[in-house]
Amino acid sequence: MTNYSSLLALIPLLPLFSALILLFSKLPKQGISILAVGSVASVALISLFLNVIFWQQSDFVLTASLGSWINIAQLNISFGLYLDPLSLVMITIISGVGALIHLYSAGFMYPDNDFKRYFTYLNLFVSAMLFLVLADNLLLLYLGWEGVGLCSYLLIGFWYQDKNNNLAANKAFLMTRIGDTAMVIGLFLLFTQLGTLDIQEIQIKAHSVWSLTHDNNTMASLCCLLLLGGAVGKSAQLPLQNWLPDAMAGPTPVSALIHAATMVTAGIYLIARNSQLFQLAPDVLYLVALIGTFTLLLGASAAMVQTDLKRILAYSTISQLGYMFLALGVGAGASAVFHLMTHAFFKALLFLAAGALIYSLHHQHNIFKMGGLLKKLPVVAVSFAIGCAALASLPFTSGFYSKELILEQVVASGHTGLWWAAVLGAFITAFYSARLFFVVFLGQNQLSPNAMPTKSMSLALVILSVLSLFGGIHPVGLKMLMPQLDAEGLSTLQHWLPITLPFLAILFAWWMFKTKRFGRPISSSLMQGVHQLLKSGWAFDLLYQTIFVSPFNTLCQLNKDDLIDLFYRLIEKISCKLHMVFSQFQNGQLRSYNASLIIFCILAFAWFIGGELIL
Amino acid sequence: MTLFILLLIPLFGGLLAWYSERFNADLPKKIALGSLLSCWLPLTPLLNSMSFDANSLGASQWLLNESYHWIPLFNINTHLALDGLSLLLIVLTLLMGLVALSSAWCEITKRTGLFYLNLLWTLAGVLGVFLAIDLFLFFVFWEVMLVPMYFLISIWGYENRHYAAFKFFIFTQTGGLLMLLSLCALVGIHYQQTGILTFNYNILIQNPISGDLAFWVALGFTIAFLVKLPALPFHSWLPDAHTQAPTAASVILAAVLLKTGGYGIIRFVLPLFPEASLALAPFMMLIGVIGIIYGAMMAFVQTDLKRLVAYSSVSHMGFVLLGCFAFNIYALQGAVMQMLAHGISTSALFVLVGMIQHRYHTRDLNKLGGLWINLPKLSAFGLFFGIASLGMPGLGNFVAEFLILVGSFAQYPKLTLFAASGLILAAVYSLLLIYKTFFGQIKPSHESKISDTNTKEWCTLISMCFILIYLGLHPQPFFDLVPFSLMKLSFISANIGALL
Repeated sequence: MTNYSSLLALIPLLPLFSALILLFSKLPKQGISILAVGSVASVALISLFLNVIFWQQSDFVLTASLGSWINIAQLNISFGLYLDPLSLVMITIISGVGALIHLYSAGFMYPDNDFKRYFTYLNLFVSAMLFLVLADNLLLLYLGWEGVGLCSYLLIGFWYQDKNNNLAANKAFLMTRIGDTAMVIGLFLLFTQLGTLDIQEIQIKAHSVWSLTHDNNTMASLCCLLLLGGAVGKSAQLPLQNWLPDAMAGPTPVSALIHAATMVTAGIYLIARNSQLFQLAPDVLYLVALIGTFTLLLGASAAMVQTDLKRILAYSTISQLGYMFLALGVGAGASAVFHLMTHAFFKALLFLAAGALIYSLHHQHNIFKMGGLLKKLPVVAVSFAIGCAALASLPFTSGFYSKELILEQVVASGHTGLWWAAVLGAFITAFYSARLFFVVFLGQNQLSPNAMPTKSMSLALVILSVLSLFGGIHPVGLKMLMPQLDAEGLSTLQHWLPITLPFLAILFAWWMFKTKRFGRPISSSLMQGVHQLLKSGWAFDLLYQTIFVSPFNTLCQLNKDDLIDLFYRLIEKISCKLHMVFSQFQNGQLRSYNASLIIFCILAFAWFIGGELIL
Repeated sequence: MTLFILLLIPLFGGLLAWYSERFNADLPKKIALGSLLSCWLPLTPLLNSMSFDANSLGASQWLLNESYHWIPLFNINTHLALDGLSLLLIVLTLLMGLVALSSAWCEITKRTGLFYLNLLWTLAGVLGVFLAIDLFLFFVFWEVMLVPMYFLISIWGYENRHYAAFKFFIFTQTGGLLMLLSLCALVGIHYQQTGILTFNYNILIQNPISGDLAFWVALGFTIAFLVKLPALPFHSWLPDAHTQAPTAASVILAAVLLKTGGYGIIRFVLPLFPEASLALAPFMMLIGVIGIIYGAMMAFVQTDLKRLVAYSSVSHMGFVLLGCFAFNIYALQGAVMQMLAHGISTSALFVLVGMIQHRYHTRDLNKLGGLWINLPKLSAFGLFFGIASLGMPGLGNFVAEFLILVGSFAQYPKLTLFAASGLILAAVYSLLLIYKTFFGQIKPSHESKISDTNTKEWCTLISMCFILIYLGLHPQPFFDLVPFSLMKLSFISANIGALL
């Protein structure tokens, strides 16, 4: 086992060193691609190798230490890496999808002048993400957590000359930072209550300190609630979800890697990692399920009416992350992680295909300006079809297996209401997937592509297509990750409805498409209002602008001159005034001196006399 | 003699630099560089033999301890001593002295001799403050560092320099007066209670004074240090002084002068007045938290880049105050770390502002923008230090803020919640700074080609980057160096966790 420890240590370090070399070297573009793609690809190979090694074992732990960090009294934090089945799945997804997206980027970003900066950020991101999932303590996890946030910020604002990109980047960073601050307070609370930040120790100690029979598991709930804050921010769930659609301002491969496949799943990982802690807080778990359900409906409904290709995919990501939260909330962590994996495949595929589309069509994002591209861009169209099919969870695609599993588990947990909501979400998902595909690839041809995807881009698309089709077939290993709920006793309706609904949705979308109802101006003003509301993602931006941003701005502007300083300036003014007053007396005129002398004498005399008289 | 030599080198170096101006205007800066570098010489044997390990520290707090008679009538000695805490701050002072020198190298062209005299004497004063263990001597150095700084601001400053210099002087002088009064009161009360007339720190901490008066004496000391820190509501000299000071003075001010406040609280207020500081603690914590939030909100609305960084200092130093009065070993270690990390990150930001002003002749955020296009290296540094000041894990500032908040959370959970909101607000103003300065479209007036960082600037900034990363990833040697266990702070708990 110890031999593999050094291998484990290499996993997060390789991309980190690659990023550092990129930062300080002057390589040609070819060299940059080889170094950047190579480092992540070798991490992918290492994690595949580890998968092979541990294939037979259902319960293994591999640790490695990169040195100690902070060591004060009871606070002992090290750079410790911890590999168990859950983190193995995560690193496989991150490095596998990451390597493919790096490969794709080598083609996609080739014309860009800031090629080196792009790959520096991207490698740094992969490294931070790997630290996040491999960390054995929450502080190191937090380092990775903030690291991915930073890289996300840098990559959203990668094309820094456009003001909107910067604003989107700032928004993404600040909104996730709000969640992160909740999370870091959670760390304080965990540390003060349990005296440790080691993740495994926390799970054990939490059970001994706050066992369910005790009254004091409000503290456990509080800890979980604070950690949930972090998860909600990072995974773009209600109420911190509205940074994600704006985050699409970054280059498309970035959206694929960070804002679909990996970073946004960090929240799911956090909850899955601390699942034993969350078991102590059933209320919070129920809240997780509720947040997931509302978010999946919000995301799906907003995705229905978007016109920007990437925003559709962004809202669909929010919605799919909602499914994962729902699964976590009903206590089906394994199916959440399974969906996380298949979603990483098909959403990365969709984004990369979308990137290829945008790349070929003069950076056109509006789906209604596209159309009839099936024959012109066959590779892209087929990839898109596969991606949409998996998103709509048509049978025998990877998305089908994972979403079915989640729905099954929700039934098994007994939350029928949530199940209906999730099924409704599945219907809408299939509907907007079909709408997206029909509008872009069928119908009238409007724009003709001016560039074909490069070989490296096509290669990445093909591999991801295969994964999206077949990536869900062997979930046996995943089922062992965490306790599963017993899924016996599914009624016929519960079994067949989720399978048939996507087809109905697609038929409905086909009818709407044929009768040209998509993209047509809406006549009734009520429907127009609803449309606007949905399109703005339920107007959360406006809400936050009104209740937080504007008051804060006004408050700060009011105090721009520093009211406290005014007090000191007042003292200054008064002293100046007094100075003026007293200097009047010293005017050098003999008669005024004389006059004041006489006045003084009279007053003194009067006072003296007055005193005598009273006495 | 080591410590006296350390003090005398910058003092004589300054005089020499002043005198050398009459031969050549370039000579003073070389002499200043030489004397700053030779300041390291007396420290080298110490640094070589240091083991940087908590266990191998001796039984005595002091690594070096030197004393000579000065005014025997009042039992005043020139007593200098060095422990881990002062060693860290002295190393910081010397490093930041070099940074200040690097930023002044081409910027200062008029009256160079006098400038370097003042610069070196300020540094000497700060070194003295960190070394003096006799309270009277401490007060002398406290005043010594003010006067040259006053001249630095009022002679080489920007447009509104006289006002700023006056303000700086009056604020700190008032603080100094309070300190003198409390100092005399302390010695007097100590004499009454024990019959020993002494200004010696080591003797004074043996028998902390008690009684009602002790509280007021402690308050006097604390306010003197708060003015320097600066904490609310005594902060308003700082933005003016920073904005008007030349870059080199800003660096010294941010990196080391403010740290004398934190140092004073840790070194003097806590061990000399344990009871009084316990009584003061809740109030000081409150001031710290208000300072964090207030400073951040003020930083957010500034349009002058230097003022923005200055207010961010107020916010960051609020964390130091929080750490000092949380009475807990984590927070105290965090406070020391914050002093180091803030010293480096903020002075780096001031250096950057200086470079930008040197190139574009403006500090107005609304007139800047898109600097990345022409100055990618400088902007990358700006990005780095902006990110550092918002507390990115992996850099020193995060370690510091995390420890401070962990420590104070154990004692004051509700206040800490508010303090933690400072993490969000720090992100707000830091991102604003980055966004307004380096990103976006370039302003038409700045389109002409301007040279990026030269080798000297690059080396200065990159070494500051590496120090911050080192502080963030391997802070343990710094924790081990500070001998809190020996500092008569037994009332500060190392335990945490009510349930265990």
